[in-house]
Amino acid sequence: MSEFVIIYFALLVIASCGAAYYGQRPAFLTLFSLTLVSFVLGIVGGVSALQFVAIAAGLLAFAAGISYSFREFLVAITKGNLSKELKTAPLTAAFGMFVIFTYAIAGIFAPFIAPYGEAEVIAAAFAPADENMLLGADQLGRDMFSRLIYGARNTVGLALVATSAAFFMGATAGLLAATKGGWFDQFMGRFADVVMSIPSLIFALLMLSIFGPEIHVIIIAVAIIYAPRVFRLTRAVAGNVVVMDYIEAAKLRGEGTGYLIRREILPNATAPLVAEFGLEFCFVFLLVAGLSFLGLGIQPPTADWGSMVRENATLISFGVVTPLIPAAAIALLTVAVNFVVDWMLFRSSGLKE
Amino acid sequence: MGTLLFLIAKRLFLGLLTLLVISVIIFFMVELLPGDIAEAVLGMGATEENLAALRKQMGLDQPAPVRYLNWLSGAVVGDFGTSLISGERVTTIIGQRFMNTLFLAAYAAVIAVPFAITLGVIVALLRNTLFDRVANVVTLTSISSPEFFLGYILILYFSVQTGMFPAISSLNADMTFLELLHRTFLPALTLVLVVTAHMMRMTRAAIINLLASPYIEMARLKGMPPWKVIVKHALPNAWAPIINVVALNLAYLITGVVLVEVVFVYPGIGQSLVDAVSKRDFPVVQACCLIFAATFILLNIAADVGAILTNPRLRHPK
Repeated sequence: MSEFVIIYFALLVIASCGAAYYGQRPAFLTLFSLTLVSFVLGIVGGVSALQFVAIAAGLLAFAAGISYSFREFLVAITKGNLSKELKTAPLTAAFGMFVIFTYAIAGIFAPFIAPYGEAEVIAAAFAPADENMLLGADQLGRDMFSRLIYGARNTVGLALVATSAAFFMGATAGLLAATKGGWFDQFMGRFADVVMSIPSLIFALLMLSIFGPEIHVIIIAVAIIYAPRVFRLTRAVAGNVVVMDYIEAAKLRGEGTGYLIRREILPNATAPLVAEFGLEFCFVFLLVAGLSFLGLGIQPPTADWGSMVRENATLISFGVVTPLIPAAAIALLTVAVNFVVDWMLFRSSGLKE
Repeated sequence: MGTLLFLIAKRLFLGLLTLLVISVIIFFMVELLPGDIAEAVLGMGATEENLAALRKQMGLDQPAPVRYLNWLSGAVVGDFGTSLISGERVTTIIGQRFMNTLFLAAYAAVIAVPFAITLGVIVALLRNTLFDRVANVVTLTSISSPEFFLGYILILYFSVQTGMFPAISSLNADMTFLELLHRTFLPALTLVLVVTAHMMRMTRAAIINLLASPYIEMARLKGMPPWKVIVKHALPNAWAPIINVVALNLAYLITGVVLVEVVFVYPGIGQSLVDAVSKRDFPVVQACCLIFAATFILLNIAADVGAILTNPRLRHPK
C-alpha cells in the first residue's frame, strides 16, 4: 500500500460522505460507485490504473473549474440579454468558448507567444525537450512548441477562410434561390445534388491533383465541396421566411431583391445559419487537416498541424507522444466548436427531450 | 407492388444518371489543366517532339468527347488505361488493392453496425442520465477527432506499449484468415470508433424523435416497461432513418479509409489514390475517384431503397 493509494481512497470516501451528508444524490452516487470501481481497478491494474483514474478525474475537474470561471467571467463583462443567456449555458459550451478564445489568442499573437520562428532550426533533429524547448525539436530541429503556436494561425486561419468562402457562396446562392425560385432554383438544386454525391475527400484530392497543392486551390476546392450543404440549409430556412406576410408586404411596397434579402430574410435566418457555420467549420477543419496530413495541404516550411503529425510520426514508434499534440489540438478545437454549436442549436430549436 | 418497384427503379435510374454526370466531371476536370496532360507529365524541359510522341501515345490528338467515350466504355468493363508513371495497366495496380479496401471496410462494418445500434438503443433508453451525457461527450470527441489522431493513439497503446497488434498492416497471400484479422485489427478499430459514434448518435436521435408520438404515449399508459416500449414500438418505426444512417456511414467508411490506410500503411486503394495524386498520375486518380464515387452512390441508393422497403405506407399503397 503506497501513500498514494491511501490518500486516493481516503479522499474518495470523505468526498462521498460529504456528498451524502449534504443530500447531493447524483454526486454521491458517482463518487461512491467510483470508489467501488476503484477497488476492482486497483486489484486488477495496480497503482498505475488508479493513478490514471486520478489524473483523468483531476483533468476533468480542472476543465470544469476553468469552464465555470470563464462562464462567470463572460457573464460579468456582458450586459442585458446576452448576460442572461450566458448564465444558462451548460459547462460544456463554456468550455468550448474558452478553448476557442485560447486558440484565437494563440493564432493572433503567435509571433509574440512563440519563442522561435516557425522555420527556425535551433537544435538537432528530434532533440528531446529541455529548458529552451518545451516540447523538443521536430524532424529538422525546429522548436515544436513554436510551430504548434504558429500552426494555430496557419491551420485554423486556412480553415476559417475556406469556410467563409463556402458559406458566402452557399448562402448567397441559397438566398437567391429562395427569393427568385424558377430555373435558377432548379439548376442550383441539381448542381448541389451532384457535388454532394461525390465524397468530399475524394473530390478534394481530384482537384488538388490537377491544380497542385496551393493554398488558393485548397480554398476554392473546399468552397465548392461545402457550399452545397450551406446552399440547401439556407434555401430551406429562407424558404420558410419568404412565405411570411411581412415579406409579401415588403414586396408590395416595391422593395428589390437585395433589400428583401438583407433587411427581411437574413435577420430572421441568423440563428440556424450561425450554427451551421460552426458545424461547417468543423468539417472543413477536419478535411484541411486530413489533406495536410496526406502532404497535400499547406506546404513546408509553414507550420501546420496536419503535416506536423505526419512528419514526426516516426517518434510514435518509440513511444513518444509529442507528435500527437498537434492532432490533439485539432481534435480539441473541433470538440470545442461542436459544444458551442450544440448549445446554440438547443437554444434556437428549444429541443427539450 | 407495382408502385414500389417503380420507386426503386426510379431511384436506381437517378443514381446511374448522377454517376454519369460525375464521370463527366472527373474526366473533364483533367482537361482543365493548364496546357494538357502531356505537358504536365513531361514538365518544363520537354521538347516539341517528345510532347507530340506522348500525345499520340496517349491518344491526345483525338477530340476530348471521343476520348471521354473511349475512357467510359473502358471503365464500364474495368479497364482504366495505363498509368503515366509506371506504364502498368491501372487495373493491375488497383485491382487487388480495391479488394483489400473492401475487406477492411467490411471488417469495420461487421463490428460497428450491431455495436452502434445496440448502444444507440441503450442510450435512448437512458436519455438525460449521467450515462447519456458521458456517451454524448465521448461520441462527440470521437467524431471530432481526425482519423489519424485515433489511429496513432491506438498504435501508441496497442502496438508500441503493449505489443498486442502490429502497427503496420503488411498483407500477403498465404496468411490464414485469423492472422489477417489480427493484422488488420487496428485500422478496422480506428474506423469502428469514428463510425460507431456517428451511427449511435443518429440512432438515439431517430428513436427519441418518435417518443413524442401518441402511440408511444399509449404504450406507456398501458404500463409497458420502458425498454419494451422502445424495442417493440419505437425501434420498428425508426428503422428507415437508422438504415439510412448505416448506409451513409458505410459510404463514409469507404472514403474515411483513405486516411486510415495511410496511417497504417495498409495496401488499399486509398493509398494508391494519395500516391497518384502526389505524383499526378491522372489515369490512376480518375480510376480511384470513379470507384470511390460509384461505391458512395451505390450505398446511397441502398439507403434510399432500404428506407422505401421499411416504410409500410409505401409497401401497401392505397
